[in-house]
Amino acid sequence: MKIAVLSGKGGTGKTLVSVNLAVAAKEAVYIDCDVEEPNGHLFFEPKPIGSEQIVIKIPVVDEKLCNGCRKCVEFCKFNALAYINNKLIVFDEVCHSCGGCMLFCPEKALAEKEKMIGEVQYGVSENVTVVTGILNIGEASGIPIIKNLLNYAKGEQAITFIDCPPGSACIVMESIKDADYCILVAEPTFF
Amino acid sequence: MKQLLILSGKGGTGKTTLAGAFIKLAKAKAYADCDVDAPNLHLVMEQSVAPKRTDYYGLPKAVINTDQCLQCDLCRQNCRFEAINVNHEYKVDYYSCEGCGVCEIICPENAISLKPAVAGELVLYADETVFSTARLKMGSGTSGMLVTEVKKQMNLVAKDAELAIIDGSPGIGCPVIASLSGVDMVLIVAEPSISGISDMERIIKTAEQFQTRVAVCINKYDTNLVNTEKIESFCKKINLPVAGRIPFDSNAVKAINSALSIIDIDCTSGRAAREVFAKTVEFLFSKS
Repeated sequence: MKIAVLSGKGGTGKTLVSVNLAVAAKEAVYIDCDVEEPNGHLFFEPKPIGSEQIVIKIPVVDEKLCNGCRKCVEFCKFNALAYINNKLIVFDEVCHSCGGCMLFCPEKALAEKEKMIGEVQYGVSENVTVVTGILNIGEASGIPIIKNLLNYAKGEQAITFIDCPPGSACIVMESIKDADYCILVAEPTFF
Repeated sequence: MKQLLILSGKGGTGKTTLAGAFIKLAKAKAYADCDVDAPNLHLVMEQSVAPKRTDYYGLPKAVINTDQCLQCDLCRQNCRFEAINVNHEYKVDYYSCEGCGVCEIICPENAISLKPAVAGELVLYADETVFSTARLKMGSGTSGMLVTEVKKQMNLVAKDAELAIIDGSPGIGCPVIASLSGVDMVLIVAEPSISGISDMERIIKTAEQFQTRVAVCINKYDTNLVNTEKIESFCKKINLPVAGRIPFDSNAVKAINSALSIIDIDCTSGRAAREVFAKTVEFLFSKS
């Protein structure tokens, strides 16, 4: 069973609740999906077992093959490509890694390179398996890390607690996608 | 216009409470709430005019016309966002689709098209003061773009304002990055907890990438004096000014629950906020 802990407002005690539920459950998996500010590991201090680098794919252009047709520039909905001074420029930070530019380049002048955006660490703390996602500073989206984190919950027999980021945007949606139940941690303020 | 952005990394440290106090103390002519996922500033800032509301369109979403679909599976194979679900027929998962348009072009039957999608609402209150805010639709993925629109909306109407105060969102990802661009100074509201310190260090590094000025203040400082001193010595070590300490104050909760700012009532946190405000303004308008 997978239980996601979320709150909308920040600082209401998501991490407090999910960490302690995992400990109380005796045998459990704790997954920290607040990849922008992961904190659960600070309380578990897990014995590390391993880690995995999370990479996304970013286009690179072969200038010898590019004939400046700008099909890729026109296609890209995220404005991650520009053709300036007879050169194709890729803006890595805004690329969503959809692969469209590479797919539709008539000259096959685009390929992909890997870019590291963060890490997943896993370890144990007594009977709790602790899995933490950490987004590199300056990266915009932790979604690829959250996708990887949730793989650790697939086929898991032990009860799994998913500590979610605050808010209600796409990262929260992604975190609760596979959850069976959600616990909302509320706070008795006007906010 | 000088822009002061209030951030924290960790949620719930008091960004909005402090932003509300600062807006009133500065009699700011322009202010904005960039926490578009969970906007709260409007709850403590009473408005006398009705707002102008505008639909915010994020990126479009793919829609499959099932009458034309021959189930060739090309769209599913090429979608990097796992947004195409197959359950008797092919369907796009609204929340997973990022609107990249790969499926639209790859479909040999032209059965897929991108349709505009409302991803939230921009709200603008404008009389002598300008307050720009927004609400992102639940689960939407373009919060960074909406934050940029909130700031654009404020800047357009309040061109002549001397000072703008912007309430930010927690975290370090796209909405925070979008809120950072173009601001003159960031005030980080830290909290003396284990999580608070870790998150503060990450938000400081994020802000420094934008080469904007950064100052730190410590809220609820008396909940853990050892950690408060840790934060202050950390700031000293990396040469960041500390704008002051604010004590934990149950009157602050009372003020918020009566839709008031902490400076509207006589309380310890309100008095401390005044001092933090004076220091912050001094940093913001100082030369180097």
